[in-house]
Amino acid sequence: MLKFIRSHYWNLGLCLILVALLVFTRIIQPNYGASGLESLSRAALPFAFATAAQAIVVIAGGIDLSIASMMAVASVTAAVLMDGASEQTAIFVVPFVLFVGVCMGAINGMLIVFTRVPDIVVTLAMLFVWEGVALMILHAPGGGAAEWLKGLLIGSVPIYGVPETITQFIPKSLILMIVCIGVVWLPFRRSRFGLSVYAIGSSSLAAFRSGVSVNRTKIAAYALAGLFAAFGGLVLTASTGIGAPIPGPYLLASVAAVVLGGVTLGGGRGGLVGPIIAVVILRLVRTDLALLSVDPNVTAIVEGTIMVVVVMAGGLIAVRTRHK
Amino acid sequence: MANSPLLSARGVSKTYGAVVALSNASLDVASGEIIALMGANGAGKSTLVKILTGAITASSGEILIKGRKQAVRSPAGARAAGLVPVYQEPSLIPDLDVTDNLRLADTPVEAFRHWVNELGVQNLDMGETAHRLPLAIQRVLDLARALASEPDVLLLDEMTAALPTDMVDKVLEVVRKQKELDRSVIYISHRFPEISAVCDRANVLRDGETVGDVVIEPGVEERIVELMLGAPVKAAQKTVAEPASEERETTKTAPRLRVRELAAATKLTDVSFDLRAGEVLGVAGLEGQGQDELFEALAGMMRPSGGSVEIDGKAVEFNHPADAIAAGHVYVPGDRADALLAQRSVRENIAMPFHTKPRQWGLINMKAEKAKVDMAIDRLQIDTRAQGEVQRLSGGNQQKVTIARWIALGVRTLLCFDPTRGIDVRTKREIYPLLRELAGQGSSVLLYTSELEEIQLACDRAIVIFGGRVVGEFSAADADEPTLMRAAYGLSDASKTAKPEIGV
Repeated sequence: MLKFIRSHYWNLGLCLILVALLVFTRIIQPNYGASGLESLSRAALPFAFATAAQAIVVIAGGIDLSIASMMAVASVTAAVLMDGASEQTAIFVVPFVLFVGVCMGAINGMLIVFTRVPDIVVTLAMLFVWEGVALMILHAPGGGAAEWLKGLLIGSVPIYGVPETITQFIPKSLILMIVCIGVVWLPFRRSRFGLSVYAIGSSSLAAFRSGVSVNRTKIAAYALAGLFAAFGGLVLTASTGIGAPIPGPYLLASVAAVVLGGVTLGGGRGGLVGPIIAVVILRLVRTDLALLSVDPNVTAIVEGTIMVVVVMAGGLIAVRTRHK
Repeated sequence: MANSPLLSARGVSKTYGAVVALSNASLDVASGEIIALMGANGAGKSTLVKILTGAITASSGEILIKGRKQAVRSPAGARAAGLVPVYQEPSLIPDLDVTDNLRLADTPVEAFRHWVNELGVQNLDMGETAHRLPLAIQRVLDLARALASEPDVLLLDEMTAALPTDMVDKVLEVVRKQKELDRSVIYISHRFPEISAVCDRANVLRDGETVGDVVIEPGVEERIVELMLGAPVKAAQKTVAEPASEERETTKTAPRLRVRELAAATKLTDVSFDLRAGEVLGVAGLEGQGQDELFEALAGMMRPSGGSVEIDGKAVEFNHPADAIAAGHVYVPGDRADALLAQRSVRENIAMPFHTKPRQWGLINMKAEKAKVDMAIDRLQIDTRAQGEVQRLSGGNQQKVTIARWIALGVRTLLCFDPTRGIDVRTKREIYPLLRELAGQGSSVLLYTSELEEIQLACDRAIVIFGGRVVGEFSAADADEPTLMRAAYGLSDASKTAKPEIGV
């Protein structure tokens, strides 16, 4: 038990912050309830996918600045293909878009590995490239989305035998997030591939010497990030009903959530649970400040402050526990 | 030797542009043989090891494994061919726990546990993250992991550097056991006692070329040293010089450094000693007895929790390494990486402490700086062929740069923490006289070393610390290895403490 606390103290701390924030929200807005949770979860969804994508790359010791642009490419690809097409066509569009995402990520990874240009430079360049590609596919917001896809995000999940007063607190979008990320993340974490990703982030020399193929692992990590970015793009199209070629504010938000979620920017440490909770926390802080009708500029200052304070507190706790 | 050796390298060379790292190396290993690979600084040992284990590819030459020509292109390829290395630095993934580290390389857990036991590590927590384990344990786990994969040829690069003595014995025992299992070992070390204890033959490299293959027998050490150096040399001589008597008299009143009941962090509890001007004082001890904290506290890197430090009779308190440096009280850390700017040039590394204060941040007087730097390079005979980046120098030359920096600045007290760890014989033999020379010019030297025979070679006196206290003080004449060893284990009369626990 103690060991569990020691190894998960960051996530437990984030959970405490989240609960405290929810209680606080309830106090300042007594009628905040199921619908509030539902819209919170829906707003957090694209951020969650962007963060999952960023987290994997950061764990592998890299960084991906092109995530928001890849989401835009995925979003417009989906919107163009589903525009005016039948509901059934959309079933084929989803895997295709995910495949496109994997390819984009793999291209990022291969450029980094083969050109030996630093990841931050390559992905900065790709930020512009993917944005250009998105605009070529769709030069203004437009396109469409299948109704069933839109329906996936709205409302709550009915569970047989459970009264609606309870199920209304389980938004569909939350379940979708957990399922999509869980299906990829759990097998990943338990596979040799997952270990290799942690290994190259922790010490690429030691990983190389342990027989890990550092280059292949790195490409695969970027490809996986591309997959999550594609999920994010699909969600964007599904929630708005159209494709948006201009990247949203997801890049810096994903880095913020990754850091807040306990993944060290040097690589090798952290997981996906922390960053996802961090995404929800950052969204909820926004909601609360809006409810308190605080100036949006102040909101940005508060968000920045929270990030520094939490990471600093986490560092202090880590130092304390090490000396014991 | 068998007709078809297990591993055979012929005429292997490696060039980087115009630089020849290895010109003509040959090596034969039969099954069940333990071979020492020896050579001075930059002789090409590391390059040969990297080629054999697939970390780099040779420019020419051939490598035969079990009589068949085979190109090993990656560490994974070497592993598949039965060649498993244990490198000088731990290669466990720092952020993964022990179990995950084993999974990563598909190491059989049962065999791993077996070897961990053989190596004397008890109560290993397999769920512990690697970077939380002590360095010595990490190294031993590295070895156990290599052994568990049942290699035909095991390459050990400076395996025993930085290991406490009792662990060294276990390692040697396990290496010997490989012979019975008909497996071969290539053993790289600078320590003659270990080599004569376990090896059958020694393969000697000099300037990138294999210059000898000698059978290990009593008295072969001098021959090997001759081969490594390329010329007959005198045996390492005890260079202890009696400090001039008048000097001793003048310093009787206030020693250069007086340390009383110093305590810091958890490991350093109560250390007192005097260090006179013109004296080299040795510090000996097992791993983790407080020596790291002692040096860090004296260098101003860690604030002591108790006790006092006096320099020339005046109490001092260092809050920052800069304070210590300003007092001419300088530190050469055990890990060279902690002292050097790896990507910068030799010149910048040596000149770094010249301009530390903000008011010195202006233009640099290049001429004056160059003169000082060249003087230091010349004095230490640093090989400056690759001076553009310090990280491209050999380990011994890097170590010289860390010392040259302080000589160029001017030093009153040199705190040297294990300066000869993992460096070659030739450089070692340059470092002892250098320390003596500094002392002869009136500086003081505090020298911690993990190789006990160095104490008599370089020091006037020695103190032994155990469990954070001084448990013995010896003059150089009495400080032979067995005496120091007994004291280091807490077995001397001064202390009746039980044998230390070394485990996890």
